Amino acid sequence: MAVPIPIFSAMCRLTLGLCLAMFGATAIAQDEGGSGPIEGDVVGGISNPTAIAIPDMPTPRAVGTPAGNTADLGRQVARVIEDDLRNSGFFNPVERQFLRDVDMPQVTAPDYSAWNQVGAQNLVQGYVQAGSNGRLTVGCYLYDVFAQAPLERAGYEVDYADWRRAAHRCADMVYARLTGEGAYFDSRIVYVAESGPKDNRVRRIAVMDTDGANHRFLTNGQSIVLTPRFAPDGRTITYMSYLNDEPRVYIYDVETGRQRLLVDAPYMTFAPRYSPDSRYVVFSMAVNGNSDIYRVAVSGGRPIRLTNTPGIDTSASYSPDGRRIVFESDRSGGQQLYVMNADGSNQRRISFGGGRYATPEWSPRGNLIAFTRLGGGFRIGVMRPDGSGERILTNSWQDEGPSWAPNGRVIHFFRTPRGNTLPSLWSVDVTGRMIRRLPTPVGASDPSWSPLRN
Amino acid sequence: MTQLSRTAIVFATSATLALGACSRNAPDDLPPPPVGTDTTDTGPTAPTGPAPGSRADFLAQAASDTIFFETDSHDIDPEDRAILDSQAAWLVANPSVRVTIEGHCDERGTREYNLALGERRANAAANYLAARGVDASRMTVISYGKERPVALGSDAASWAQNRRAVTVVPIG
Repeated sequence: MAVPIPIFSAMCRLTLGLCLAMFGATAIAQDEGGSGPIEGDVVGGISNPTAIAIPDMPTPRAVGTPAGNTADLGRQVARVIEDDLRNSGFFNPVERQFLRDVDMPQVTAPDYSAWNQVGAQNLVQGYVQAGSNGRLTVGCYLYDVFAQAPLERAGYEVDYADWRRAAHRCADMVYARLTGEGAYFDSRIVYVAESGPKDNRVRRIAVMDTDGANHRFLTNGQSIVLTPRFAPDGRTITYMSYLNDEPRVYIYDVETGRQRLLVDAPYMTFAPRYSPDSRYVVFSMAVNGNSDIYRVAVSGGRPIRLTNTPGIDTSASYSPDGRRIVFESDRSGGQQLYVMNADGSNQRRISFGGGRYATPEWSPRGNLIAFTRLGGGFRIGVMRPDGSGERILTNSWQDEGPSWAPNGRVIHFFRTPRGNTLPSLWSVDVTGRMIRRLPTPVGASDPSWSPLRN
Repeated sequence: MTQLSRTAIVFATSATLALGACSRNAPDDLPPPPVGTDTTDTGPTAPTGPAPGSRADFLAQAASDTIFFETDSHDIDPEDRAILDSQAAWLVANPSVRVTIEGHCDERGTREYNLALGERRANAAANYLAARGVDASRMTVISYGKERPVALGSDAASWAQNRRAVTVVPIG
């Protein structure tokens, strides 16, 4: 399927490698220099993003579908792909006024010289076709304009209602092929939607596609809800709810919409996280002022206690192989990060910088741990699992609660300004260079990324 | 260590306070007012006030329903003790009333840590009240972390108001 272009690939990797090295240096300088806050609705980017053309996709036959006419869908699919690629920071889509109409024969035989003239390095073409089986097919073709060669092609068949997913998967193919990174656009985000003043805030669990589309609320706002997390298998969501004024961890079934109590105990349970195989949840339970970490099967049962020290042990997060857990503890005085084996053995501290460290989240790649660092504000940072290589990625009044994209390259977090204001969702690249606000209908906190959908 | 020192203080003073509480004990049921008497009586003996056992009664009799904490601390200081003593006296005098003790934090901690810290604060207050003779089964603790501030600013004065434990008596 993929047509390897060795020379192109080598150039691409070299360019990216240079870029990454440069960003690493930038992030470190920011950490040590204590530069001013990065504020505003800024779309960051690498200094030399790839110019890519994504013309409207033609249809072999313009017909009406439940999702609209296929001719309209061809335009909308192209725009979803364009937004995904632009928001990744790696791509600079050619402005629409310079795009040309593409007919069906040209989808597989692009006019390279014409695309070269508008400055496109790469080209994404495709088509949208209504199938006789009541489904929609989107063809997706990636070309190297300079080398005048096809790079990869794919076809996606989806229900009409899922037409945006076909676009996200096409964008994922392009992103993965040209950056060498894993895909992440065809995924969702669960988060806490927040509205109202600070002393009377309404909080609802909400889910949306990674680009903000298909937004819906899962809870009605009558109870405080906090810290949702998607199961790695995408079938359930765990979160904490104050239902009946008893703050407890719940499991929400995405398909049925039903929620059930995870652990029936007379104590507050909080900070739930799934194991990588989606079979267990680690969480904290507070017993008479002492919070420890426990593990329990998602189906329920008797919790196993993993930590047993005076103080607050919380915010546990599994390594992707399920063998270790990173968590925060104030056993040494202030909040610091610790790693232990999944059975609770061999607990050792990994963070030693100034200030406090909180809310660790192990990258799905396993190579990094994201965290919130406290001290003169909250900032998002990453370190290796042994505590080395710490880099601070953001700088604002309060940036909190990192959550990894399925590809382990992008981190979501929430930013809270001073005073009586609503928080919002942001994303930052592991380089700290590409920072961007995510659109949400109301205020937003505690983002958690779903796995890549299949 | 904090736990130990607090317990010691509690034991040292609990006996006298229990006595004090008894001496302030008011009758649970006041006799009904006589029918048809002059309600404009301005005499010195007209005990009109909140119904005994009500929230209004608690707020009128206790020094405060709220104690405050230092940053990232759940220690009960002498000022807190005086307030909790007055709460305990009222609770001992109204043994049928169940209360909820809320723990709260300022915004300068992360969400999950603050849930645990608020729970520590609520328990610190509840443990003190229990040592003063309030049956633990009458008290429910709940932490709201930093999710329910009373002061909305991002400044030292607001944070000080939000680091608190509140003893909540039902309205009825």
